[in-house]
Amino acid sequence: MSHTVVAHTHEEHRSTKLPDIKLMMWIFLASDCMFFGSLIGSYLVYKDKSVVGPYPTDVLDIPLTTVSTFVLLMSSFLMVLALHSLRSNDIPKFRLWTLGVCVFGSIFLGFQVYEFSHFVDLGLTLDQNLFGTTFFVLTGTHGVHVTIGVLMLLSLLIISYIRPTSAKDAVYLEVTGLYWHFVDIVWIVIFTVIYLVEFV
Amino acid sequence: MAIGRQTAAAGDAGVITRPTWTTGWASWLTTVDHKRLGLLYIVSSFIFLAFGSIEAFLIRLQLTRPEQQLISPDVFNQLFTMHGVTMVFLAIMPLGIGFANYFVPLMIGARDLAFPRLNAFGYWVYALGGVFLYTSFFLGGAPDVGWFAYAPLTSLSNNPGNGVDFYMIGLLVGGIGTLVTAMNLIVTVVNMRAPGMTFMRLPLFVWMMLITSFLIIFAFPALTIALFQVIMDRTFGTLFYVPEAGALPILWQHLFWIFGHPEVYIIILPAFGVISEVIPTFSRKPLFGYPIMVLSGIFIGFMGFAVWSHHMFTTGLGPVANTAFALTSFVIGIPTGIKVFNWIATMWGGHVRFAVPMLYATAFLITFTLGGITGIMVAVPPFDAQVQDTYFVVAHFHFVMGGGALLAFLAGFYYWFPKMSGRMMPEGLGKIAFWLIVPGFYLIFWPQHLAGLVGMPRRVQTYEAGIGLDAYNLMSSMGTYVMGAGMIIVIASAFWALRKGTIAGDDPWDGRTLEWATTSPPPHYDFDVVPEINDRDPVWLIKHPELIERRDPISESVDPDHTPPEHVEQIAIHIPGQSWYPLIAALGIFFGSYALLYQNLFLGLFTVAIIFLACYAWALEGVGGHHENVDPAAGGRA
Repeated sequence: MSHTVVAHTHEEHRSTKLPDIKLMMWIFLASDCMFFGSLIGSYLVYKDKSVVGPYPTDVLDIPLTTVSTFVLLMSSFLMVLALHSLRSNDIPKFRLWTLGVCVFGSIFLGFQVYEFSHFVDLGLTLDQNLFGTTFFVLTGTHGVHVTIGVLMLLSLLIISYIRPTSAKDAVYLEVTGLYWHFVDIVWIVIFTVIYLVEFV
Repeated sequence: MAIGRQTAAAGDAGVITRPTWTTGWASWLTTVDHKRLGLLYIVSSFIFLAFGSIEAFLIRLQLTRPEQQLISPDVFNQLFTMHGVTMVFLAIMPLGIGFANYFVPLMIGARDLAFPRLNAFGYWVYALGGVFLYTSFFLGGAPDVGWFAYAPLTSLSNNPGNGVDFYMIGLLVGGIGTLVTAMNLIVTVVNMRAPGMTFMRLPLFVWMMLITSFLIIFAFPALTIALFQVIMDRTFGTLFYVPEAGALPILWQHLFWIFGHPEVYIIILPAFGVISEVIPTFSRKPLFGYPIMVLSGIFIGFMGFAVWSHHMFTTGLGPVANTAFALTSFVIGIPTGIKVFNWIATMWGGHVRFAVPMLYATAFLITFTLGGITGIMVAVPPFDAQVQDTYFVVAHFHFVMGGGALLAFLAGFYYWFPKMSGRMMPEGLGKIAFWLIVPGFYLIFWPQHLAGLVGMPRRVQTYEAGIGLDAYNLMSSMGTYVMGAGMIIVIASAFWALRKGTIAGDDPWDGRTLEWATTSPPPHYDFDVVPEINDRDPVWLIKHPELIERRDPISESVDPDHTPPEHVEQIAIHIPGQSWYPLIAALGIFFGSYALLYQNLFLGLFTVAIIFLACYAWALEGVGGHHENVDPAAGGRA
């Protein structure tokens, strides 16, 4: 018997049976842990080392940030719903929940913009003291991560109107979701380290 | 001027037409082929190696005789800084990555890396990052703060020139390229092994590259953050390394060495991998103690993150920290020693052929072991306190980096040159070069141990006559001529061999691993039929079926889910499409670096837009490519 066989082309044979991009995202997140680890480590090394105010307890507003933290955590919930809808080929619901994640992420970013400008009004800037330096760089880096996540989700949303989207594309949303959940978890650590520990 | 020949397959519709050149310069700019990118890495590394060597030569020229003033202290500082940065980041490390790019897919029976366009992006970012660093010589002076650029020497008030900015931004950009390439290699090795190629059948070089890639993804972020902090300090006035504001400049040392010590293993583990391929092949014996070689590599990788403070013994961390880090540093000598003994045991009783790669591998064994012994010496805190910042330390790390990594990569270069070019390097000239390079190396660096023990500090522009340093420095400087002559012969004979070398054939060394099962150079699709792997030395098994009873016990197991194709007459192989976008995105980062350095908002926004658009165009054009029909009888073998 002789026939044309597409033997192990680029897409077919995978040793772990996992899609490449999913593995890639996990490895990227492993590396990103060290990025945030270095930033959080720098924050902790410089904790209580500022020689002039404002000090953390002068500016931090736990109730306000608790609200934005709650919004960010709920966005992860919507992320799960979005992925579930796409896997069930329910495209309208996929679009709805994905838009929801983007909106919640944007609300979080809005809170952050308000918080930053409020802190600047209170005299806390990048070059005011070590708290300002480490706080803005750490939370700012996290904010950039959230922004990139919103952009990725918006892109998937827009693409779903341009190209036919179905359950077989779920891996792209799943990978973006991995990133989104990770950024959420990092925020929980940052919220604990910067905000909660200050008032223990 | 014609750019090059285009294939018949039309490019996909996109923002710009998908490039399909197969020859000419545009085919190299748009290539996503791991072999071409591997060659680009290797050639670029050798160019930067030449730059770094010229800087080293000028340093030694200035130090030949006492109280010379050939080179001003200011230029001298730039030279030793750029020498270190070039050798570590632009020459030796990318040389290992270049070999990995070329040979990891071939050795595991894959047709490319998992993300071919990302691979191209990684190369361009590395290469342009190197160009960016070197333009500093023409734009106000190169960095002059040593290769580890300790804070607060790098602050704006202490160092107002542009040199430090070039260092910080250049390494940040180069690090991005290294990071994405490492991630790509991990996905490739984990996910794209040929059927039957289990982890414990991977060639040692692949194993070492896998471990190296993990080291890169965990170590480079610490450097990236440290560089980012200094850039923020210098550009936006943050206070990360401003002692007056309460900052602790030692944080830089911790972050730098949390990266910097794994970096040492990022450089040496690929070299271990090359040696572990060369020695069994030229001893005609399987590698002795394969599992323990793998495990000791993994152990070195782990421990590499637990020894960073031995670079900081004299900073006053206290006796507890010093003792702990001395102990971990001793412990990391154990797996390294295991490797050395296993290499010796592989040679023991083998039919050793001293071809040029094997000569370099043998020289590596001796030189690296000597460097390891001085490494154990400086891991003892009281001894380190005596030799810290002296030429003894310089001699130590040149023995492991130069005598270790560089000699190993020269072994790899001679070993794989026939596979990459299809022609043999001349054996006689190779031996002449070897007998210049290795004795020249010892002539340069052996006396530096003694100069360091007498007390000669690092990074001094000159020294007094008659204090016991004259002879050592003269010998050291004379050695550069000998070793330099050898390196020139290597490069010249490579150019000669490309045109006139004898045709190598597929398998000139009686190789063991999969790359020797395809043609020299391999076809662009690597293998027509992806082979079934049943052994650690699969190609030996095909060539010497009489060895079948010596197969290791795990040989029998084959991937149960895999059904081999029955009879294959013609195969359609997917060739991923070429792309302009990796290069465009890398150019955006390149010009963005200048925007950040000169704080030019307009150029900055423009380059961010370019990067943004390139990323979208990249994502939307897809992998692309075409299927190529290959007749197994005519193409590469398997």
